[in-house]
Amino acid sequence: MSQGNSAATLTSVWTGGRSPYAVNSKKFGMWLFIISDSLTFSAMLMAYTYVRLSTPNWPTPFHFFPSVIFSTVMTFCLLSSSLTMVMGVHAMNHGRRKAAVGWILATMLGGASFVALHLTEWLNLINNEHVKPFENPWGVPLFGGTFFALTGLHMTHVVIGLIYLGIIAFAVSRGKFKAEDVEVSGLYWHFVDLVWMFIFPLVYLMSAKI
Amino acid sequence: MSAHSEAVDHIDGATTKAFIAVWFALLFMTGVEVLLAYEQIPVLIFLTALVGLSVIKAALIIAYFMHLRFEKLSLFLTLFPMLILCIILMLVMFMPDSSRLMMMRPR
Repeated sequence: MSQGNSAATLTSVWTGGRSPYAVNSKKFGMWLFIISDSLTFSAMLMAYTYVRLSTPNWPTPFHFFPSVIFSTVMTFCLLSSSLTMVMGVHAMNHGRRKAAVGWILATMLGGASFVALHLTEWLNLINNEHVKPFENPWGVPLFGGTFFALTGLHMTHVVIGLIYLGIIAFAVSRGKFKAEDVEVSGLYWHFVDLVWMFIFPLVYLMSAKI
Repeated sequence: MSAHSEAVDHIDGATTKAFIAVWFALLFMTGVEVLLAYEQIPVLIFLTALVGLSVIKAALIIAYFMHLRFEKLSLFLTLFPMLILCIILMLVMFMPDSSRLMMMRPR
């Protein structure tokens, strides 16, 4: 290579080198997973919206109490758990492993509260409103099907997130894993929070008015 | 602040104060959403506000909590335009049909 070409390479605007996104492979892999999972949830949210718009007499059994109150508290739990998670990542980036474990456990508490409240809300719908996955008093079976599929898939993600964070917290407390591993688990957790930001208004809040 | 700590802060890109501010903003917008659901406002305005606030909340989570604001632009450009395009395609394919079915309901 000539000296001129070599100088041009050194001053090139391309700074990516071997890592064009300047992120490690685990983080990039998680981003790719998040994008593909976003499409799954987008499709499910659209399926719910589609059947809701196209079905006359769509049931709205979400009363202010307990449904809307519970789902609002659930939103608070998830948002707060996202804050504690970001604090955990921040602590880990600064090498404070003990603090990071504390923040991750706080995140898990928020997630567990969310699951407990959501199951209570489900049981309320099943026992008091008689909504089942494929039948309900209004004769609109698609309501139960889409509602339980959408919220159930989200709750499954939360439960998987809790297991994931439990493993991370355990490993970090034993001096294993790096800051990037905590950050990658944080990305997953924030994604779970993000999806709820669309499910909550679409399923619960819209029922209050429409 | 030590040199190492400063370097790490630079990598983080955001401070604890910023995270708490974002958390408060998210809680505030959630409160507004709940309030709007029980206010006497036209449905179209309600729906627009609900979708708008949800998108803003999602953007704040992605930008600050998921740190995307502090990543390289190439990462954003690789991931998000494709996602947005796919969502728009889904909307274009399905929403007109569901609206048509809504208009065809017996009155």
